[in-house]
Amino acid sequence: MYLPAALVALAMSLPLLYLVVRASAAGRSAWNWLLRAQTLQIMGQSVGLALAVMLAALILGVLLAWLVSRTDLPGRSIWSALLPLPLVIPSYVGAYLFVSFFAPRGLLQNLLEGWLGIERLPSVYGFWGAWLVLTLMTYPYIFLAARAVFSRGDRSQEEAARSLGCSPLETFWRVTLPQLRPALAASSLLVGLYVLRDFGAVSILRFTTFTRAIYLQYQSSIDRSAAALLSLVLILVTVGFLIAEQRIRRSAAENPHTAVHPAEVIRLGGWQVAALGVVFLILLFGLIFPTGVLFYWLIRGLLAGERIANWLGPLLGSVSSAGLAAMVTVVFAFPVSVLSVRRSNWLSQILERWSYIGYAVPGIVVALALVFFGANFVPGLYQTLFMLLFAYVILFLPQAMGSIQSSLRMVQRSLEEAAASLGENPLRVFQRVTLPLITPGVASAAAVVFLTTMKELPATLLLAPTGFSTLATQVWGAVSEAYFARAAAPALILILASSISMFLINHHATLSGSSQRQ
Amino acid sequence: MKEPLIKCDHLKKAYHTQPAVEDVSLHVYEGEILAVVGPSGCGKTTTLRLIAGFERPERGEIWMQGRLLSSPDIFVPPEKRRIGVVFQDYALFPHLTVFENVAFGLRKQPHPQVNRQVNQMLELVGLNHLGKRMPHELSGGERQRVALARALAPRPQVLLLDEPFSSLDLDLRLKLREEVRTLLKGMGLTALFVTHDQEEALYMGDRLAIMNEGVVQQLDQPEVIFSQPINPFVAEFMGSANFLPGRVVEQGIETEIGLIPQQVSLPAGSEVELAVRADDIGFDLKGPANGVILSRVFKGVMNVYKVRLHSGMVLEAFQPHYRLFAEGQPVRVFADAGHELACFHNGAAVKGDERHLDGVTKD
Repeated sequence: MYLPAALVALAMSLPLLYLVVRASAAGRSAWNWLLRAQTLQIMGQSVGLALAVMLAALILGVLLAWLVSRTDLPGRSIWSALLPLPLVIPSYVGAYLFVSFFAPRGLLQNLLEGWLGIERLPSVYGFWGAWLVLTLMTYPYIFLAARAVFSRGDRSQEEAARSLGCSPLETFWRVTLPQLRPALAASSLLVGLYVLRDFGAVSILRFTTFTRAIYLQYQSSIDRSAAALLSLVLILVTVGFLIAEQRIRRSAAENPHTAVHPAEVIRLGGWQVAALGVVFLILLFGLIFPTGVLFYWLIRGLLAGERIANWLGPLLGSVSSAGLAAMVTVVFAFPVSVLSVRRSNWLSQILERWSYIGYAVPGIVVALALVFFGANFVPGLYQTLFMLLFAYVILFLPQAMGSIQSSLRMVQRSLEEAAASLGENPLRVFQRVTLPLITPGVASAAAVVFLTTMKELPATLLLAPTGFSTLATQVWGAVSEAYFARAAAPALILILASSISMFLINHHATLSGSSQRQ
Repeated sequence: MKEPLIKCDHLKKAYHTQPAVEDVSLHVYEGEILAVVGPSGCGKTTTLRLIAGFERPERGEIWMQGRLLSSPDIFVPPEKRRIGVVFQDYALFPHLTVFENVAFGLRKQPHPQVNRQVNQMLELVGLNHLGKRMPHELSGGERQRVALARALAPRPQVLLLDEPFSSLDLDLRLKLREEVRTLLKGMGLTALFVTHDQEEALYMGDRLAIMNEGVVQQLDQPEVIFSQPINPFVAEFMGSANFLPGRVVEQGIETEIGLIPQQVSLPAGSEVELAVRADDIGFDLKGPANGVILSRVFKGVMNVYKVRLHSGMVLEAFQPHYRLFAEGQPVRVFADAGHELACFHNGAAVKGDERHLDGVTKD
């Protein structure tokens, strides 16, 4: 079991190790390049955008979660179900819908030109566009985390504070909010990671962060060491975010929450209208507006003679590559998952960490590493589907492992021991007892990898063989050339795929959560 | 008698998430521990929440030292009541240390004084070495003590305890309730103690309020409630296992296990029910049998027998551990109480001669 696990861990880390080697060999000129004002500006813009989105998402997420879980807002269960939904829109699809509405040659200008003769709109590109779109795509992370804490909120703790002399407002500051802090810190770091890794939205909105700069460097220059250097810096920043997130998560997990009492409902009174306005505004921009624009382009495209046959190719490409990726990833995930759950020691932990490397590394960086690696070591495989699959496995192995590990943890050790005591060898025990029990977990791992792969953009852009296109690259290509109607159908399919994968992840999380509680 | 410190008059609270309080009146005197006891859903916790100010009554009033705290029109919020609460689940703040938890209600005082008082409280509950710990690092008993110290630290006028020992195991529960009672009595604190365990109520309470279906059934000293239950519910709740039908005759009450020589103020021929505890029932092999041994459970210090009378009625009887009878053995069953039995007519207690326990107090 150790040998295959070690091989998987090695395979996952080789390309990235090579990237490090390659970058460090770049020499002095590259280091000078790295310290140029323009490079520093890219770093500043990346981190600045991440922080700005985190802050906005934090305020929105907490406010909305508080409204739907602690106040008498009318229709709050409906809002509570609708507000997380922008999560299912892939970032580049969100950016596409935004641009296709506000940009030159976009929907809004068409309308305004027709009615009012306005020919120029303020530019949607740049920081504010990226900030707005990414905030709308990411506030649900904060919302979900805050809602979970608010709704499990312990009534008797708040009552204890009251009986010790605190007013309701003081109680919120001294008791409720401090308990929210770990969840908020962890989820806003996740938002930060989302922004740092994002390639599609910032590229479509033409705001140069690390990922876009890496892509542009890769495309334009002959010496690609600069792209490698930028990638390394990006990895360092994301790893920093990840470590902070893990720390907070661990310290938060130590707080046992035993409360079962529902918390007091706060009456909004005259604020109800304002609160409803905020909720409606967010849903308008995060959900109604994107859906509306999407269907506008879809119908307009169909009316203009957009052929369904045009996106059958990309659909086939997506399904086949995602299907292969799902199978290979699950097979690769098995040895390390079994090892880390069943034989927890320092070696298995190191192997597990190594296999998680894709979690820390943005897709564009993985793709770049594979480009270098493939071009130098296995030129025969360069520009083949094999390379693309390799990238998918590196990127999505952590997801598959998470799902398989949690279903393995649900299988009691004693069941396997019972089978062994009845005379079965370890392989037969796994086959007859463990495998049947974890099959649902494995299936959901495969499904999630499949659906996530369909959405993947940057690695597919860099590594897809010539002539091979997927739904994601189709959206990208159409939007780059401002064929907005052509992008609508693939975007819709991607949103559907994304919704299903979110549902599966949630469903699985609830299942394993409830079994741990028992 | 002194003025009561807490006075509840005809409280009513019917709310869909809480067991209802129909009509609760009770007084708590200064320095007294009142144990409120009843089966789950009887409204005892809701009563406590009304007094704490976590709920508003629909009807009725709550007074403390002549100040109106709650009525349908007037409501003093919990933070202004100076009433301490020990919660069933302790409700310790998970983000604060033990020390900070205890100091939570003290911040309006200057700093050194807070330190002194917290340390004093922690010492009182025997936890002064654990001030830096977080709540999740404590055992159940330690959490209980922190919750008590936190509630006592701001020097409340009244302390409310909501089933404070229910999540502890038996040994610890016995030990802690002894500690807590000694502590409260030593401080001379007024307390209202809610529990579903009648034995715990007898131990903790200077007086007992027996509740059922949102109403205080009886409020009195434990000894009085035990010997003179006001209705069959109280008798059964206080441990009477048997209700024996009987008929009033001139010499006393005629029952299936013989004549009980006890005078009651009812005309001859009236149908009554006698509450007979298992320790009030005796049986032997002398004389004509009127029942048969159904089963025996050995409990160490005693045997618990079930005996079936000829009428089919089954009585429970305690016998010393050395008295062993086989199942199926015919026996003569009789009342062996040594005191008057509680007697009910149409669901209400019937008094014989008036006896009072005014001279009896605890401590």
